[in-house]
Amino acid sequence: MFKLLNPNKIFQVTSKAPKYILFLFVVVLSVGLTEALILSPEDYKQSDAVRIMYVHVPAAWISLGIFSSITFLSISGFIFKNKNFFLIAKSLAPSGFVFNIIALVTGAIWGKPTWGTWWAWDARITSMLILALFYAMYLISWRIYESEEKVFKITTFITILGIVNVPIIKYSVDWWNTLHQPASINILSKSSIHISMLFPLLIMTAAFALFSLLIFLMKYNTELIKIKNKGLDRL
Amino acid sequence: MINELLFMNGYGVYVLSAFSFTLLSFSALYLITKVQFIKEQNKFVAKFGSLNSEKAKSAKSQRINKEILANATNN
Repeated sequence: MFKLLNPNKIFQVTSKAPKYILFLFVVVLSVGLTEALILSPEDYKQSDAVRIMYVHVPAAWISLGIFSSITFLSISGFIFKNKNFFLIAKSLAPSGFVFNIIALVTGAIWGKPTWGTWWAWDARITSMLILALFYAMYLISWRIYESEEKVFKITTFITILGIVNVPIIKYSVDWWNTLHQPASINILSKSSIHISMLFPLLIMTAAFALFSLLIFLMKYNTELIKIKNKGLDRL
Repeated sequence: MINELLFMNGYGVYVLSAFSFTLLSFSALYLITKVQFIKEQNKFVAKFGSLNSEKAKSAKSQRINKEILANATNN
């Protein structure tokens, strides 16, 4: 199965895919923005401020999803002694970090009209800030350590520590009395969000997922070319 | 209609700044990643060009190297 993950074979696909993904992203984002800013209804309590949800929530979901994937890939890289897992994890991290920052900043902008403050040391917001710090540590480690073995160990250690924070982020609104509202969307039980708001939210999530895929592919191709550059030096 | 869309019952400044920040972050990340990619690709082409014919033949036997060169010429 791991033969399929051979970078030489993967590059044939990953080098051609970005232009198609970019086109699809622009189409889906245009539909999502029209739905989110024009067609979706305003909230009975929050009025038009609710529209911030269409960028805040997908960004938070994707940053959590990417961090979980990075942890899974790093641990798998160690178990199966496959460097490509680390390379995939490294290529996913920049978009995860940017989505985390977007979730924090748009959350602060949403907080001002709804809570009357830009920031509160609330369990959900603080745990998201801690996740951003783990992302930063992960990315910095790749920059400062030269030795492959060392960087694999350190980045895996960071992700294992950071993944403990992920369930805390998810359940913080249930475990503690927080300013942040509880989840409106539940996979296992009935969601409290109306379909007219759920639809644009899902489209924006799809657009954000396509963007993270696009950045991942571009970053992964860059990493593969970097390896090949080193290979040419050795010839 | 446009005024209503921008004003958003007084929340326009919050909503539009949140969306603008998101789109600006997307553009910045895309541009940074693209520049890094092109830089590495150009470095590869320059290094490949400096190889002697024997080494170039050996390097070209790898499919990925051929793909990188083909993509570089297409871009």
